[in-house]
Amino acid sequence: MTAAAATIAAPVAEVGFNEPVLAQILIAVIVFAVMLQLVPMLLIAERKLLGRFQGRYGPNRVGPFGALQPLVDIVKLAAKEDFAPRTASKAVFVIAPVIALFTAIATTAIIPFGDTRSDGLFGADYGLYGIDVSIGILYAFAFGAIAFYGLMLGGWASGSKYSFLGAMRSAAQLISYELAAGLSLIGVVMMSGSLSLTAIVREQSDMWFVVPQFAGFLIFTIASFAETNRAPFDLVEADAELVAGYQTEYGGMRFASFMMAEYMNMITFSGIATAMFLGGWHGPGPGWLDPFWVLAKMIGFLILFIWVRATLPRLRYDQLMSFGWKVLVPLATLNLVVTAILVVAL
Amino acid sequence: MSDPRPNRYQLGPDVVEVQRAPEPGVGRSFYRAFRETLRGLKTTLGRFAEGTVTIQYPEEKTPVYPRFRGRHKLHKFEAEIDGTAGLEKCVGCSLCAAACPADCIRVVAADNDPENPTSAGERYAAVYEINLARCIFCGYCELACPFDAITLGHDYELSDYNRSDLIFTKDMLLDEPAERTPLRREGE
Repeated sequence: MTAAAATIAAPVAEVGFNEPVLAQILIAVIVFAVMLQLVPMLLIAERKLLGRFQGRYGPNRVGPFGALQPLVDIVKLAAKEDFAPRTASKAVFVIAPVIALFTAIATTAIIPFGDTRSDGLFGADYGLYGIDVSIGILYAFAFGAIAFYGLMLGGWASGSKYSFLGAMRSAAQLISYELAAGLSLIGVVMMSGSLSLTAIVREQSDMWFVVPQFAGFLIFTIASFAETNRAPFDLVEADAELVAGYQTEYGGMRFASFMMAEYMNMITFSGIATAMFLGGWHGPGPGWLDPFWVLAKMIGFLILFIWVRATLPRLRYDQLMSFGWKVLVPLATLNLVVTAILVVAL
Repeated sequence: MSDPRPNRYQLGPDVVEVQRAPEPGVGRSFYRAFRETLRGLKTTLGRFAEGTVTIQYPEEKTPVYPRFRGRHKLHKFEAEIDGTAGLEKCVGCSLCAAACPADCIRVVAADNDPENPTSAGERYAAVYEINLARCIFCGYCELACPFDAITLGHDYELSDYNRSDLIFTKDMLLDEPAERTPLRREGE
């Protein structure tokens, strides 16, 4: 037993403490509430910003400055008929948006909003994050891979050719870009020597990883656009060609679940980018500002998502594939190799 | 970068050869793609900084030019311009109806009562209807009218719930229309 422990010299990540159950519940509720509230804010922010980028106002009729627009949208979607096409496989059709939403929300748990603290919540240490799993970033990718079943099953079970085409596209796109996104993050993992997001953020107290890993950051940013089906890689939905891709036959709250999962994925990816590259909770100011630094960096990254959507036209399908496999994956691999050599040499 | 081969096709002097930039290498194409992306982002940010061009329609309205052709008006003589007041200018000659390419004007003329005339002429328009659902706002009626009795105004907010409500009668056309439309100054 001790011999086995000795051979593993340094564990990949160590949690090292147990939070009391009450603290766990409290933190889970807070994280869940904050992350969930980001979705409607992101919805209205996207529509307002897209409007401004195009010289118009965006929604400004409901509530002050149109701020209640997402609420009205959700009420409208909730009031819609619970419809499924005759050709659909009913059970899978119902389960697909649940998978998409569940995985999207589960992934948000690992985003660290602050370091582990010992100022005594219920008399024990606690961390400002949902969970700090030792496999850290792999957890996000594991759930990302499950989330892909949501889209795939949803597209297949709809029994419609547009849905199926959209699902096939999403399958190809997500697999190719998940690879690039994963490879681009391994550089950071090597530099920090840990998979745990909190440990990675702690490593960035002197310098954010965006500086030494700038290529990795760029690759991750591009890949995250593709992973979240955002423009210019939104040909999973491609409203002009495929109606709405895998969600063509979905309506009402099921459609809303897919949309919400998509926006949660955007938030998660910006949270991962914040933790991996942008220094997480590090920033000037007292310690209680830490979660707000994380939120500010995430919002900055989300604005980049919207800004890029307002700017770049959609890629063609073959361009998407060749860009993913011939440009991003080799670049990410090169970045990985160079980082590995430098980490060993220095 | 001209083609070394002799030009076998005699191109006319108006034909300009396409100038192509040299094919970029790998590094240059990366640089170019990156630069062009940033240029696009700068462009959209410029639109953001410029502000909005939206006119919030029901509250704000696009001003029309003085010669804009909107809803028709029928005119009466006015004291300060014509000396006499109250008489209708329309004498029921139906030239507007004849000129109308959309056939949307209906005029039924009747003789004036000499004691209590409605119009300045021998006859007056007993019925004067314009079907604005058919009108194409060409302004020919205005041109055809010998007495300037009908002109086209500036009102363009002419939607209604029933087609029959769009048939404007003489009283409606004579009434001062609600000034709903802002007017542009000449030369604006």
